[in-house]
Amino acid sequence: MDLVIDQYQSIKEEDVNVWFKVAPISAFPKDGGACVKYKDKQIAVYNFTRKEKWYACQNLCPHKMEMVLSRGMIGDVSRIAKVACPLHKKTFSLETGENLNGDLPAIATYPVKIEDGFVYLGFSEL
Amino acid sequence: MQQIVVIGNGMVGYKFCEKLAGLAKSGTLNIKVFGEEPRPAYDRVHLSAFFENQDAKSLELAPASWYSENGIELITGQYITDINKEVKTIKTKSGQTYSYDQLVLATGSVPFVPPIRGVEKEGVFVYRTIEDLEGMLAYADKINSKKSNGKAAILGGGLLGLEAGKAVLDMGLEPHVVEFAPKLMPRQLDARSSKVLQLTLESIGINIHLSKATNKILGNGCITGMEFGEDDELNVDMLIISAGIRPRDELAKSCGLETGTRGGIVVNNKMQTSDPSIYAIGEVALYNQMIYGLVAPGYDMANVAANQIVGNTEVLMAEEIDMSTKLKLIGVDVASFGTPFMPADKGHSVIFENKTKHLYKRINISHDGKNLLGGILVGDAEDYNILHQMYLNGMAVPEDPAQLILPTSEGGGVLGDITDLPDMAQVCSCESVTKGQICGAIESGEASDLGGVVSCTKAGTGCGGCKPMVKNLTEATLKSLGIEVKDHICEHFEYNRQELYDIIQVKGYQTFDEVIDNHGNGCGCEICKPVVASLMATIHADTANKEYAIQDSNDRFLANIQRNGTYSVVPRVPGGEITPVKLIALGEIAKKYDLYTKITGGVRIDLFGATLKQLPLIWKELIAHGFESGHAYGKSLRTVKTCVGSTWCRYGMDESVSFGIELENRYRGIRAPHKIKGGVSGCIRECAEARGKDFGLIAVEGGWNLYVGGNGGANPRHAELLAEQIDNDTVIRYIDRYLMFYMRTAKPLQRTAAWLESLEGGLDYLKEVVVDDKIGIAEDLEKEMQTLVNKFECEWTQAVNDPEMMKRFNHFVNSEDDDDTLVFVPMREQKMPKQWQKVPLKAASIS
Repeated sequence: MDLVIDQYQSIKEEDVNVWFKVAPISAFPKDGGACVKYKDKQIAVYNFTRKEKWYACQNLCPHKMEMVLSRGMIGDVSRIAKVACPLHKKTFSLETGENLNGDLPAIATYPVKIEDGFVYLGFSEL
Repeated sequence: MQQIVVIGNGMVGYKFCEKLAGLAKSGTLNIKVFGEEPRPAYDRVHLSAFFENQDAKSLELAPASWYSENGIELITGQYITDINKEVKTIKTKSGQTYSYDQLVLATGSVPFVPPIRGVEKEGVFVYRTIEDLEGMLAYADKINSKKSNGKAAILGGGLLGLEAGKAVLDMGLEPHVVEFAPKLMPRQLDARSSKVLQLTLESIGINIHLSKATNKILGNGCITGMEFGEDDELNVDMLIISAGIRPRDELAKSCGLETGTRGGIVVNNKMQTSDPSIYAIGEVALYNQMIYGLVAPGYDMANVAANQIVGNTEVLMAEEIDMSTKLKLIGVDVASFGTPFMPADKGHSVIFENKTKHLYKRINISHDGKNLLGGILVGDAEDYNILHQMYLNGMAVPEDPAQLILPTSEGGGVLGDITDLPDMAQVCSCESVTKGQICGAIESGEASDLGGVVSCTKAGTGCGGCKPMVKNLTEATLKSLGIEVKDHICEHFEYNRQELYDIIQVKGYQTFDEVIDNHGNGCGCEICKPVVASLMATIHADTANKEYAIQDSNDRFLANIQRNGTYSVVPRVPGGEITPVKLIALGEIAKKYDLYTKITGGVRIDLFGATLKQLPLIWKELIAHGFESGHAYGKSLRTVKTCVGSTWCRYGMDESVSFGIELENRYRGIRAPHKIKGGVSGCIRECAEARGKDFGLIAVEGGWNLYVGGNGGANPRHAELLAEQIDNDTVIRYIDRYLMFYMRTAKPLQRTAAWLESLEGGLDYLKEVVVDDKIGIAEDLEKEMQTLVNKFECEWTQAVNDPEMMKRFNHFVNSEDDDDTLVFVPMREQKMPKQWQKVPLKAASIS
């Protein structure tokens, strides 16, 4: 079955062979998210200012398969960074992608790095 | 070691394992359970929930690991083909033989497929297992991809059939329930309650066909319709059969156990079959010449069999089995208990019916008026638990039994407090949990909240019908022990909303970080951030633009996110009054951006389907035509609905339109714990339905009557009279005080209705604060409200005039492109989002 969700597989930092230059830090809201287009993928990127960390995951919520996660609110639960989907408040760990309040499949997460004030996303391309 | 073999791992088979594991001394029994389905036992009662989330895992009764932890060997995906009673062995389809000392048959039942010509055609399904449901979903997808108006019939108007009707609706097909009998749920309902239920179902789009005998399934290869009689056909693309069950007694028959003439394995009150070392339980067992298709009797049977096997021979099946049942069927309460139909020689019935409200209640009382014998409730079964308890425990019926079902104007009613029930009263019949056990769990310290009660007593884990009662009992018991029920906002703040309000106001904090750094811990979350945002708005009159990352999703984008992630646009139309020029402007804008338009229940015009990027473009045009943000997104004042009042109406007592507009403009944009609506009716005919609102006004001789605390959301509530015959200025003063008092003291997301109910002292206390100013805060409340009123700014005007803010509305941060995954489908000359995509089942069912 050819499903949109199959496009999204977690990438580990050590497997990255393409660092995609996205936008300057200033393009992202503080303690909020924005959506990045990379080829035919939509990646949600979060500037978690309070934790001084950046996170990236698929923009697709696996609950109802809508491209909305970048518009979700971020926060933490027991110190684990998470995002809440704006549609039905399904929450996902931004560290592991795991669904924290249900049995949905985990979302894919991607490495983010900051260099010279720019945000880069890590992908693994054949 | 004794060998126990269980054939069948449905709900009852599982319950038997659980009971037996609990009773047996460890190491004395070797338990093996065989299941045909590929997964461990799941909750078949709530099977239709699968259509909503397609989450097979959430239906599981216990994970596979539970079996091994309890020393039980679970063998799934395996059929048993033979039983040899003489040598006490069973044989599996794959040829293995196992021997047993005691054998338990929990093989359940199969859906009954009537012998109709053409029933083998493609597109005909039964409704029983998760696999059946998966098959239906796949087939429905196929139909939906070919046409937009697919239809599906459900054969059988029983409980399961009606559930299937809702499932079909969710699949995007038009449902048609076909029933042979002249009424729905023929075993539970009488003709009048069936009619009430039918009207309710039809109103949500489920078509009902009664007294229809199906002759033939039409179609060449796959189903295209059903034929009932000459020239009587129904075209459908799919058929789901739910026409009753047949016990799966074929194994029993082939090994020579005694069975009933119409099927079922004959058992005694020990649940033993004609062979004393073989037991039968659940829907396969024929007890008292009846098959019991409910989960509660099945669980009782499991309990009896398990006790018998471990030697507790005094545990026997009750002679009379309670077949009472309560369900929330498609959002409609349906309950029947005791003897639902009452022959006149046994007792008399009291019936209350209100067709406009889809309500029907019937109770049957013994001739001497002392005992409740049974009844039927449709539309509102809130009193089911207590009525059921009265029936079960033979509690005294009031002198006028009609009081038990008549709606009371004073609230409360004559029904006793649940804390008055005897300790023996069974609260959860599925798990046989008594009131005493629930209270005992709390009193002994074993449980300290609802979750604890559920996990240590299992109450509420069967059909779930008793949950409200368990919750009430738990809370009442905690309260009686003087235990405070905590209302902290979330893990980040050890304060409730009111305490945070005071902190922010006294310290003058302006940002979320200041509040959490000084008074909380961690980084915040989707619960506390919007609460702080709302408090900031109430205290400083900030718009949602100021700190948009802590706003709830809808406030962040100043629009309401809809099913496919697009937004709806709702400009303010105060009081529902709009000029033709503005109306045309709205139409032109909607046309230009290809938006779906609808008049809302709150007398406004809603434009749907705007993408994130279109939002500021649309709003720029709206603002140019003189519109402003309608706050359809915030927890804020939505609308003030008005009738036409004395402006045009020949009955109008006062200018409801003018006053409605004034009130809507006064309170626009204020942020509250929940959304607020108002209504103003020009006379007692109440065309604006003002008493269904958070505040409502009705013009009467000599001024306005002011009602408060109506609406209630999921639990509708009429507003109550706060003040009579007051003039416009007094109305405004009172509403200022009332709303501000609510905004300061309510819990997060608590509506005015729930707030008023939880207010100590209730309406009388509210009158003291708002009307009599007994606690001397009226002036402060009015001042605070006036500050909010003066500081109002249209946040959309702010946003479109600030290039920095406009950035928020790009779908991508690194591209001007639109989201190309959006798909709309046609709908009555407009458009709507495509069906929800299905969650990939594999991903969802594998842990």
